[in-house]
Amino acid sequence: MFEIVEAPIDPQAVEAAVRAPACGGIVSFSGVVRESADDGRAVSGLRYEAHAAMARASFAEIADEIRRTMPEVRLAIVHRIGELAVGEIAVVVVAAAPHRADAFAAARYAIDELKERAPIWKEERYRDGARLWIENRCGEMKP
Amino acid sequence: MPKVRVLAFARLRELLGESREVALAEGATLRDLWSSLLAAEPRLQGLESGMRFACNQRLCADERTLHEGDEIALLPPFGGG
Repeated sequence: MFEIVEAPIDPQAVEAAVRAPACGGIVSFSGVVRESADDGRAVSGLRYEAHAAMARASFAEIADEIRRTMPEVRLAIVHRIGELAVGEIAVVVVAAAPHRADAFAAARYAIDELKERAPIWKEERYRDGARLWIENRCGEMKP
Repeated sequence: MPKVRVLAFARLRELLGESREVALAEGATLRDLWSSLLAAEPRLQGLESGMRFACNQRLCADERTLHEGDEIALLPPFGGG
């Protein structure tokens, strides 16, 4: 399941898409709209947009890369676009694998690569009315 | 005179609109396309920093020659997740 959606994401539905009898470990990551920006400014919400076809293709490409080293991993990625309020889920990545190590590694790889490679854009909207397009800092990991 | 479809996103979309058709000289490249957009919309100046082009949904270098019906996407630095 590799999708760009406008409606709220149900993480359990995404998880259901990769659940399989062979998989004993499922790691689910949800990226959620935070109430404050990196500089501490109060955020009222985010607006996302995407080149949907290219974004879906990048998700599938990330999954292909994971399967090269971990062939049994089943991956799903769903990213929401449009206007999101604080607390809403922007992205869900779920990796299922026979054992937990691969599930954790695959989920981590997928969200990191998505931020770097998927043609998706985010505009932060602040409580003071200002707006700003945010660029992911590629190759730099944030805690 | 090949005509191409230009899709713009994020801050580039705010200046160019989501989609527009652009006619170019025979043999024009992506770099030429950007120059013509810049001439039409001077506020694009500086926004090429970190921008990438996709041609028919694949990333490509700016020396690529354009052909009739190509779909060109102007991709500012990504911010997903």
